[in-house]
Amino acid sequence: MTEALLEARDASFRYRNGPAVLDGVNLSIAPGESVGLVGESGAGKTSLLRLLLGLAAPTGGSILFRGAALDTRDRRLLREYRRTVQPVFQDPFSSLDPRVTVGDSIAEPLRSLGVQPTRAARAARVAELLAAVDLPADAATRYPEAFSGGQRQRIAIARALAPDPALLLADEPVSALDTSVRMLVIDLVRDIARERGIGLLLVSHDLTVVSALCERTTVLEGGRIVEEGPTQRVLAEPQHPYTQRLLSAVPRLPRA
Amino acid sequence: MTALLTLDGLGVRLDGHESRSLVESLTLSLEPGERLGVIGESGSGKSLTALAILGLLGHPLRATGSAVLATPSGPVDTVTSSQRRLDAVRGPVVSAVFQEPLASLDPLMRIGKQLAWPLRTHAGLRGEALERGILDALAAVQLPHPERIARSYIHEISGGQRQRVAIALALAAGPQLLIADEPTTALDVTVQAGVLDFLRREVAERGMSLIFISHDLPVVADITDRILVMRDGQQIELAPTPQLLTAPAAEYSRTLVAASRALDDFLPASTGSGRGDAA
Repeated sequence: MTEALLEARDASFRYRNGPAVLDGVNLSIAPGESVGLVGESGAGKTSLLRLLLGLAAPTGGSILFRGAALDTRDRRLLREYRRTVQPVFQDPFSSLDPRVTVGDSIAEPLRSLGVQPTRAARAARVAELLAAVDLPADAATRYPEAFSGGQRQRIAIARALAPDPALLLADEPVSALDTSVRMLVIDLVRDIARERGIGLLLVSHDLTVVSALCERTTVLEGGRIVEEGPTQRVLAEPQHPYTQRLLSAVPRLPRA
Repeated sequence: MTALLTLDGLGVRLDGHESRSLVESLTLSLEPGERLGVIGESGSGKSLTALAILGLLGHPLRATGSAVLATPSGPVDTVTSSQRRLDAVRGPVVSAVFQEPLASLDPLMRIGKQLAWPLRTHAGLRGEALERGILDALAAVQLPHPERIARSYIHEISGGQRQRVAIALALAAGPQLLIADEPTTALDVTVQAGVLDFLRREVAERGMSLIFISHDLPVVADITDRILVMRDGQQIELAPTPQLLTAPAAEYSRTLVAASRALDDFLPASTGSGRGDAA
């Protein structure tokens, strides 16, 4: 079995004097694998993502990056981690700095992680990334306000791809987008992940999006994993009552 | 049968030096008991239309054309009516629920007290009858322990319960038309299913008309008889729900239906609410 790229091992999290937000969660993502993490508000999705991003430390168990504990005080490890694992957030209106040009936003991880030290190399990389997310090259010189929600999310994806990561951690990446745009961004993420062999951890309350993008699905309820398996199996034959309830609540279009 | 609501060339303009039209000449009529869906993407003018019908637009926004409600005391055009006239209409004739219940509820007032206002003003309840009315209103939206909820502040209850309180508040004066603007968008999918079931039943039992606004086609299709498609402030198409889903006439409607269908197709056919198979 290939070593997991990123893994939560028996991870728990609680705020001081609070109840457990996460309780003994096991989740591993192999290189190139796509995993969906679903559950409703308060299930612990965002808390788990924070642990996996190294933004908080588990109060029990551990987070492993390539088999080694993700120690956020180890700056060398953290630098390697940031190059390898990149986040994409839900709201492209708040994840891009309105005062920074799109090109500088995309180049920022290249500069801060020391991936492309020269200005010319960074500009070339930005042009390549804009093309990869189907945006015109002149987008680099403009500011976020010139772009629609779907275009901004493409910019955020381009920035995440900049240091050539092995894994994207995406938190509700299409939830803020209109239906027709959502479909386009889903296709884009799927194509890019496939072409570049990038793994994906997709956190979403939306089973449709998880179904479109993830090979495996993990269902979180009340801080515990209640079901896990290949996405098509989990959706077609949900075993846990919570997964069944979640699925039956999804509004469907009448069959034509 | 007289229409409950008649829109004739209803529009919304932005005044001032950047003066322009945001919504243009909507024309339709809504029968008593009819459920109309309004669908469109962000910026299509759905919510502005709702505010125009409610007479809630403020400077620099201005409604044009007319939106006439049939009321027991004669027709009221919410575009031109006085504030006093509108106050008399909002509640017993038309009322609204918005996406974010926190924005329509007072955080500093106990829930029971908030409900007392429309019940006193429009239903004329006093004393013990008012107390009973408050509990009945909370029980009607299927909130558990109405006595406890009535004594609570909104921060003490969950998001789904807040939206039920907002609906109870909107229904308290017994409106003939409920305008629901993305009422379930902020809710979890299981909570959304509960609120939609509840709205559907409530509208049927009270014989109310409903205008349900959403960007989510499966949700709109689930609860309406007719759908208005909007884009960039324009009326693109108005068609019975089954017809819009199977044979959308306008190109934009076709794009919207196709995108929703493509998303829907990612899920196994057997799952989900699957309502309206007859369509």
